[in-house]
Amino acid sequence: MTEVLQYLLWIFIFPGFLFTVCIGLLGYWVVRKVSALVQYRVGPPWYQPFADVVKLVGKEIVIPQEAQKTVFMAAPMVALTGVLLLSTMLWQITIRPELPFVGDIIVAIYLMILPSLALILGSSASGSPHAAVGTGREMKLVMAYELPLVLAFIVIVIKTGGQLNLAAIANQPAVYSISGMLAFLVALLAVHAKLGFTPFDIAEAETEIGGGVLMEYSGALLGLWKIVQAMLLVALPLFLIMVFLGGFGTAGASLLAGIGKYVLILVILILIKNTNPRVRIDQAMKFFWVYCGLALAIAITLATIGNNLGIKWL
Amino acid sequence: MNWKIWALKKSPWVFHVNTGACNNCDIEIVNCLTPKFDVERLGIKLVGSPRHADALLVTGVVTRQALPRLREVYLQTPKPCVVFVIGACACGTGIFRNGYHVEGPVDKVIKEVDPQAIIAYVPGCPPKPEAIISGVVQALSIL
Repeated sequence: MTEVLQYLLWIFIFPGFLFTVCIGLLGYWVVRKVSALVQYRVGPPWYQPFADVVKLVGKEIVIPQEAQKTVFMAAPMVALTGVLLLSTMLWQITIRPELPFVGDIIVAIYLMILPSLALILGSSASGSPHAAVGTGREMKLVMAYELPLVLAFIVIVIKTGGQLNLAAIANQPAVYSISGMLAFLVALLAVHAKLGFTPFDIAEAETEIGGGVLMEYSGALLGLWKIVQAMLLVALPLFLIMVFLGGFGTAGASLLAGIGKYVLILVILILIKNTNPRVRIDQAMKFFWVYCGLALAIAITLATIGNNLGIKWL
Repeated sequence: MNWKIWALKKSPWVFHVNTGACNNCDIEIVNCLTPKFDVERLGIKLVGSPRHADALLVTGVVTRQALPRLREVYLQTPKPCVVFVIGACACGTGIFRNGYHVEGPVDKVIKEVDPQAIIAYVPGCPPKPEAIISGVVQALSIL
């Protein structure tokens, strides 16, 4: 009984839901505040994302007449489940690496696709033409960035000699080598697209298709999507830290180093977001498949050679 | 204070509806988002879909063509929502009074749809960005 309670506590309060949501909403405030400072503005107060979510929860939910109601309402919950499992798993591995099996890199890759799939499902169930345009773009974008993202993880798997366990991968930071650095940069861009930040916010595109995939969502359902995005803002950089940057410590100096790594990734994402205009979907696909794919082909070759000959820095 | 009202005051997302304005009021609204006035510090954000909005910024006299659209947009906005009527034309048809294409001021049209609608007026031709911000703040402090 106490064990069950403890697991529920793990999932819903401390490293799972509540904790991740709070960190994620604070992260969104950092994104908005730094964007404002870049543009010589004052920016919102620190509680702004919290106020947004609370307000959305208190509002009326409008469901379009042509929507497929069940799918439309279930989609945000599916996305929330995926990201909740992902973040709980990653925190669990970080805090208690001695646990037998919580999940490895393949489970994480599967769970990471779940929110995007739910978004595609939910927006295509809404029956709105603008959302349909957004859905098409989101599908193409998922196909575009998913390939380089998985290839980037394959580089790390090759470098660690076929290791899939996240706790073991986190012990050897991969960025101190040419192939690891290339893979990290590409994975960072793929995560940027997954978070839907500006050069790759093609699917939402407020100024041209009015919110795109999220257009028909309102009230508490939109609030759920905002929570999912906030949790992704924690889970995806944490995953990058674990795979490429040597993990998130739990005590003393390594905890500070972990927070530093998170802030570093956040700042890089914000600077990319603020210095690039939105690209077209075909440009995004070309960027991910041709340029990122080429970089990763080089990285995989280097990693294989380095692993076979025992050269660490390749 | 009620938590719903607190959150609504701290993050009013606005949707911009042009029902036949000459674009001056629209330019002044966009001015509010510029670094000089920066309404994001008050939590105000311009959104692209009426379903995300808490407030409608309506500019311009309601023309015959715009009438069904304005009604539809108001009905699509999740309640509670506030309607801000920006500019002299929207408040009382201005110089277009008795025009052949004019259906009436914005508040009349909205009240036909929903008699309980919350409507705030910001007169001026066009109102300054300061006036718009002050109008929004005053309306929110009455809520």
